[in-house]
Amino acid sequence: MMQGLKQFFKSLFMLELMKGLSITGKHLFARKFTLYYPEEKAPISPRFRGLHALRRYPNGEERCIACKLCEAVCPALAITIESEQRDDGTRRTTRYDIDLTKCIFCGFCEESCPVDSIVETGIYEYHGEEHGDLYMTKEKLLEIGDKYEKDIAAARAADASYR
Amino acid sequence: MFDFITETALFKEYEVYIMTTIYVLVIMIPLFVAVAYTTWLERKVIGAMQVRIGPRNVGFRGLLQPWADMFKLIFKEIILPSGANKVLFVIAPVITLASAVAAWAVIPFDAEKVLSKVNAGLLYVLAVTSVGVYGVIIAGWASNSKYALLGAMRSAAQIVAYEIAMGFALVGVLMAAGSMNLGEIVLAQKGTNGLLDWYWLPLLPLFLVYFISGVAETNRAPFDVAEGESEIVAGFHVEYSGMTFAVFFLAEYANMILISALASIMFLGGWLSPFEGVHNFLWLGIDMHALTAWVPGMAWFFAKIFIFIFLYLWFRATFPRYRYDQIMRLGWKVFIPITIVWILVVGFMVLGEVSPWWGATA
Repeated sequence: MMQGLKQFFKSLFMLELMKGLSITGKHLFARKFTLYYPEEKAPISPRFRGLHALRRYPNGEERCIACKLCEAVCPALAITIESEQRDDGTRRTTRYDIDLTKCIFCGFCEESCPVDSIVETGIYEYHGEEHGDLYMTKEKLLEIGDKYEKDIAAARAADASYR
Repeated sequence: MFDFITETALFKEYEVYIMTTIYVLVIMIPLFVAVAYTTWLERKVIGAMQVRIGPRNVGFRGLLQPWADMFKLIFKEIILPSGANKVLFVIAPVITLASAVAAWAVIPFDAEKVLSKVNAGLLYVLAVTSVGVYGVIIAGWASNSKYALLGAMRSAAQIVAYEIAMGFALVGVLMAAGSMNLGEIVLAQKGTNGLLDWYWLPLLPLFLVYFISGVAETNRAPFDVAEGESEIVAGFHVEYSGMTFAVFFLAEYANMILISALASIMFLGGWLSPFEGVHNFLWLGIDMHALTAWVPGMAWFFAKIFIFIFLYLWFRATFPRYRYDQIMRLGWKVFIPITIVWILVVGFMVLGEVSPWWGATA
């Protein structure tokens, strides 16, 4: 009986609706969280998994030893590697392709790499203008690695103590 | 100033038509601009309530956004669905818009600023706004699409149901004012107690029922089952694109503004100042009547409309959509009984000359 009366007055005076209105009313004046994106950017973690890159040693030698662990671990089968023995007796890749349209950016390739060669950088603003632009070849990946080596190294160093 | 035109024989012959056309434009053009900026306001207010900021890139704070949207819609293709009845398909949005706009003919903006002082103004408004349902039904049927038809059915049933509650609420108002002329309804609310003289106080249940029915009538959230983005795509206007869609959109917002205007005329004293005759504000000895005497009546009217428009947006940002049977239950089993009971109460109040609203002091 009491409960019923209480419920009746609650619905008659629309108390719960008023409560809802007061919440949205308060948010009307709240500080907005919106980021003015092209001008402002959200900070990204050193573990961010963006565009891929192939790294080199400081002496200019490419790190990749064509062990094909990344190719094996890739769940999306986005990586294709072909290798040969170079004149100095080391094994190197002749082909290292990542199809970014297949890639799911899981980061397993980077995890599996024994020589820290394939990495995912913090770059997330890129696009392809024509068919095949997002099919990354060894040359393209090395180029990205050369261009952003500083950032890549800094991100690895920042995260090193947690690995 | 325009003597060289007004003196011509041609002008004199068609004076009534020319002047009426000019008056109509004077009302229509600001109305459409208001509609455009209602969409901007809606995006800003709902954005703010969702802790976003809304449009900001087109013009200062996104003020040109409505124009960008308008041009986009104008240049888009109007797709006629195969099997659609082409004539009805195109006429439907026009009917909806026409009914929303025609009602503005009797809306008094100020004591003398009315396009036409119809004595049966209230009846005219009810009649004309009801025609809008035909636009919805025709649109749903002419689209030759089951989703559009379903949406039209839902929408039509809902509009018809709430029209009754709304009509009863207005019966209360015309009993209280003793007139169907919207201007006289406003004047009947004039008194010496400012906003306490308006009908929102003695007719409070009718006021609430009227505005909530108005929200349902315009198919706005939380009664937007006809549109129901998450359920039936867009209801009766799924098949519409480009300008035909824009006309529906325009009609919806014009209806919102119309309902707001009617609510402020009928319950919040239209163009009357809230300080009308208040010479001793809150017993502090402040003569608010004199202090606010310079404010034109139209400004009060627009401020009241703005309050209701804001409520519309606030509701949309707050409430989840009603289930369809709940909408029908609210309309038939809650609102109609409330209005009928309160009409009786109003009758007794009028007979008993309850002051300050009725009797010699009013």
